[in-house]
Amino acid sequence: MKYINHESVVKRMISRLTINKVFKVIFFFATLFALLTLAILFYRIITQGVGYLTPEFFQNFSSRFPAKAGIKAALIGSIWLMFVVAPVSIILGVGTAIYLEEYAKKNKLSDFIRMNISNLAGVPSVVFGLLGLTIFVRALSLGNSVLAAGFTMSLLILPVIIVASQEAIRAVPNDVREASYGMGATKWQTVVKIVLPSAIPGILTGAILALSRAVGETAPLIVIGIPVIIQFLPTGLLSQFTALPMQIYDWAKRPQQDFQFVAAAGILVLMIFLLIMNSIAIFIRNKFSKRY
Amino acid sequence: MVQSLEKGSNTLNGASNIVYNTKQLNLWYGNHHALKDINLQIKENEVTAIIGPSGCGKSTYIKTLNRMVELVPTVKTSGQILYRERNIFDTDYGVEELRTKVGMVFQKPNPFPKSIYDNIAYGPRIHGIKNKKILDQIVEKSLRGAAIWDEVKDRLQTNAYSLSGGQQQRICIARCLAIEPDVILMDEPTSALDPISTLKVEELIQELKADYSIIIVTHNMQQAARISDKTAFFLNGEVVEFDNTDVIFSTPEDKRTEDYISGRFG
Repeated sequence: MKYINHESVVKRMISRLTINKVFKVIFFFATLFALLTLAILFYRIITQGVGYLTPEFFQNFSSRFPAKAGIKAALIGSIWLMFVVAPVSIILGVGTAIYLEEYAKKNKLSDFIRMNISNLAGVPSVVFGLLGLTIFVRALSLGNSVLAAGFTMSLLILPVIIVASQEAIRAVPNDVREASYGMGATKWQTVVKIVLPSAIPGILTGAILALSRAVGETAPLIVIGIPVIIQFLPTGLLSQFTALPMQIYDWAKRPQQDFQFVAAAGILVLMIFLLIMNSIAIFIRNKFSKRY
Repeated sequence: MVQSLEKGSNTLNGASNIVYNTKQLNLWYGNHHALKDINLQIKENEVTAIIGPSGCGKSTYIKTLNRMVELVPTVKTSGQILYRERNIFDTDYGVEELRTKVGMVFQKPNPFPKSIYDNIAYGPRIHGIKNKKILDQIVEKSLRGAAIWDEVKDRLQTNAYSLSGGQQQRICIARCLAIEPDVILMDEPTSALDPISTLKVEELIQELKADYSIIIVTHNMQQAARISDKTAFFLNGEVVEFDNTDVIFSTPEDKRTEDYISGRFG
């Protein structure tokens, strides 16, 4: 007795293959929709903004006149911001991840903490802005400085870095840890010599992607009161500054038509900034990846 | 060096040549009673095989000897394991110190994703040896000791992952020799290897016996019969029988041992 009737299999084959094709087309259009939207957006921004991407655009401060408006303060301000956010968030984030994955005992409390860190990653950025306003700007009297904004942004991306680092650390196979412990290595030696070298590509990729989120975030900056019309460069960590998304937001909401083009140019600068950061992430991932 | 000094002092004091003395060891994983009243004495410069069906506690026991079992968070133990007459469960006995004297080779070859050289030098480095010349000597001596020097001497800087499974396992044995241990614990070291690699590792164990005390867990009864001096038969967390290997495999006292070695269960 055979259970498979090969003749009916052949008959059904046509309808099976048709269904396969239909879904292929549906998925293709789903992809196409996203890509097209992105392409149209890019096209508009590039055609509108490229005319304003002159050397003067990078040398001028913002201005009431579209032709004179430049992005210098915002670009330098964003770079300053990164110099605060990167070390603070990476050191705190990776440290937390190492503690949670390698040192902390697995019990209800640590499970609760792990779960809530993932939840924190979903908290809206404006809430982190309010937190930064209360703690850094007011309670610690840092004002709307580079430092206050940097700390706020660090808090915002910290959960993302922690979760990415935890995943990278967890991906290191347990048997190499055992091999290290089995030779009398301490936890710290095992972490530094075995776990981190393997986890670093994943950690850095996650960290840089989180940092690029910090570059583009606007809401927390608005809440902590970062100004947009600034005619000087930051002189120190406690100095006032502005950042790329703030500047773009300001230009985009101005009534004069020409400022839309200036905003488009600003968006181009922001996107190039992000592309560079993401390229660094990809470069690091490929360069340091070790296979298991 | 360290190891020979220790052995010397033991003979001078007229102490016994017992490496491990397990007294009334009990171990629980949560509520599961995995080891029950284990009493075993393991002598130096012998190969002691631990056999038994899956889940009998043999791997748990060997991992208790260097306290690796404590990586499982729910583990509880009672009783004593005296290593060179010192209880390894004493609160002032650091696991790092114990594991420097008691090396371990695992079931699956687990080299680090580093060069062959860095794999072998890992142990000496974590114990503070920085001198390049000394490290070179340790690497060569360990690789020779694990009978793999001739195969890898020209490519010490290549990644250990590029080697075959059998070679990787001998790299792991060499890595273990590099910390100059007193005892080597082997947890089914050939179960992931092909027959030829298995034979090489078995021959190696025979050679290592002269300098080290070896405790090996194995699924393979022929292997236990071929390479060990003493055999312990574990069943359901208990030691059913522990004797000279030839006795266990020819005239076992316990019916259950006889049934197991003749292949009636397990």
